[in-house]
Amino acid sequence: MTAYLLKRLAIALATLLLASMVVFAVLEILPGDPARLMLGLNASADQVELLRNQMGLNAPLAWRYLHWAGGLLSLDFGRSYTYSVPVIDLVRERLAVSLPLALIALALSTIIAIPVGLFSASRRGRAGDTISMGAAQLGVAVPNFWFALMLIYVFAVWLRLVPAGGFSGWSAGIWPALKSLLLPAVALALPQAAILARVTRSALIEVLNEDYIRTARAKGLPYRAVLWRHALRNAMIPVLTILGLQFAFLLAGTIIIENVFYLPGLGRLVFQAITQRDLIVVESVVMLLVAAVIAVNLLVDLSYAVVDPRLRSRQ
Amino acid sequence: MTLHIDMSEETFGSILAKAFRNTAFVAGFAITLLILAMAVVSYAWTPYDVTKLVISDKTQAPSLAHWFGTDHFGRDILSMVMVGARNSIAVALVAVGIGMGVGVPLGAFAAARGGLVDEALMRLNDLVFAFPALLSAIMITAIFGPGAINAIIAIGIFNIPVFARVARAGALAIWPREFILAARAAGKSSTQISIEHVLPNIATLLLVQGTIQFALGILAEAGLSYLGLGAQPPMPSWGRMLFDAQTRMVVAPWMAIFPGMAIVVAVLGLNLLGDGIADILDPKSRRQR
Repeated sequence: MTAYLLKRLAIALATLLLASMVVFAVLEILPGDPARLMLGLNASADQVELLRNQMGLNAPLAWRYLHWAGGLLSLDFGRSYTYSVPVIDLVRERLAVSLPLALIALALSTIIAIPVGLFSASRRGRAGDTISMGAAQLGVAVPNFWFALMLIYVFAVWLRLVPAGGFSGWSAGIWPALKSLLLPAVALALPQAAILARVTRSALIEVLNEDYIRTARAKGLPYRAVLWRHALRNAMIPVLTILGLQFAFLLAGTIIIENVFYLPGLGRLVFQAITQRDLIVVESVVMLLVAAVIAVNLLVDLSYAVVDPRLRSRQ
Repeated sequence: MTLHIDMSEETFGSILAKAFRNTAFVAGFAITLLILAMAVVSYAWTPYDVTKLVISDKTQAPSLAHWFGTDHFGRDILSMVMVGARNSIAVALVAVGIGMGVGVPLGAFAAARGGLVDEALMRLNDLVFAFPALLSAIMITAIFGPGAINAIIAIGIFNIPVFARVARAGALAIWPREFILAARAAGKSSTQISIEHVLPNIATLLLVQGTIQFALGILAEAGLSYLGLGAQPPMPSWGRMLFDAQTRMVVAPWMAIFPGMAIVVAVLGLNLLGDGIADILDPKSRRQR
């Protein structure tokens, strides 16, 4: 068990280190001089050179990488070229939008998908199964930003229940803020819920064919108890794997969805930073997202051990 | 000489007969064919010229003259959806080609060599998976400039680890089989065995994954185009049409409805096709239905 945990942890750290090198290298080869970009076209070569020195852009490559990576570790991401504020402040401000959005979406998708998967698996081949899996098949095919547009049309334009976009900020009260995150979260959650429901169903069906399920039924346990206590727990591993992967999808999905709803989140920040060549913001946010994905996948690996006692006892 | 010990006794005819009894396959096949036909026909004929702006006809609701209505420049939405199909199909298909072309040899190689090579390649896979695909695609297209070609590269790169993983997992299941041992005894190299015996046996898996990635590619391309990073105007693309529609939803909702439905139908068709193929060719998944 300890060996398993240590190996997963080592792999996660190595992946993070490699990822930081990749991000740094990619942005290094990117055309465009940040100093020139900040000063504008009319600046003289001397002025640009001076600023380059101030920004540390003339230091050797390895030194700059270490400086940058060291800064990341101490949460000192540097200053944004375009906003002229510390990147960490920008990130903190935007995270207050994106993190709740991703979490609400993840929660919504799980709350919808697991019961649908259970329902479908327990009614395999019957009308209920066919209908819910048909709906899931359709849900997988819907692009979340188009679904978002349709939601805006129905709930914001037509019924006027929620705002069509924008974000009032948490300071204006929790309810208005939640209200403006509701449609984006639903738009993000639906396609994910469809995928998760399909995975839950097929994992359950596989488990329901096992001998121990027949044994549990044979000793007289009601079907419902077998489904919830024996089958669902054993089907959790593929479900958890997909949940972990979906977190990455949700994070990336926020880029498009935040653009649809004009939400000042991390995704919109990184998208704007890319188009404005604000490299330091791009580097930091990408690294943060990659670190989050790696951390979540590590958590999923660890949760296998919680769900499956066999992994705990294995040496 | 190729050994076919592992191939099932089913003939092509019996597989075909099974295929046409499979609802998912028939529906998926029909829809995919429809979308392909739409793209092909658009080269020869569209109801209206998509490059011609007719301002007097702008934002007209669906009618007999314009089945899907017109956009803010008076262009026919149906014609644009037809031409947009070309772009979606081309981008997604080439991206699948890149993923298969690079990923399958990598995965097969990892499975054949095992040990350190396998470990290294799989860790590299982990690395790529750590980057949310869409985020990286946005970065790639932003760095090299927006456009269909760069969208293909961006989506293609993220297909590579997917196919590498599927090919490796499939190949690992084939390697311990007797007919591989026989081929080894006959003195074949591991490359030869991979090509002649392993690949034909994992072709089904790859085909199914191919249709899934094709569908995902269409979704990804639409997302990139929506953000303005895919095919550039005047070339119509489904994602771009949705972007144009967003600010005009109140006056012209059809501008958003039809391109979106085109995406849904295309993706749905491909997913059904993939499910159908998996069902027909894999008896194990059949039993689970």
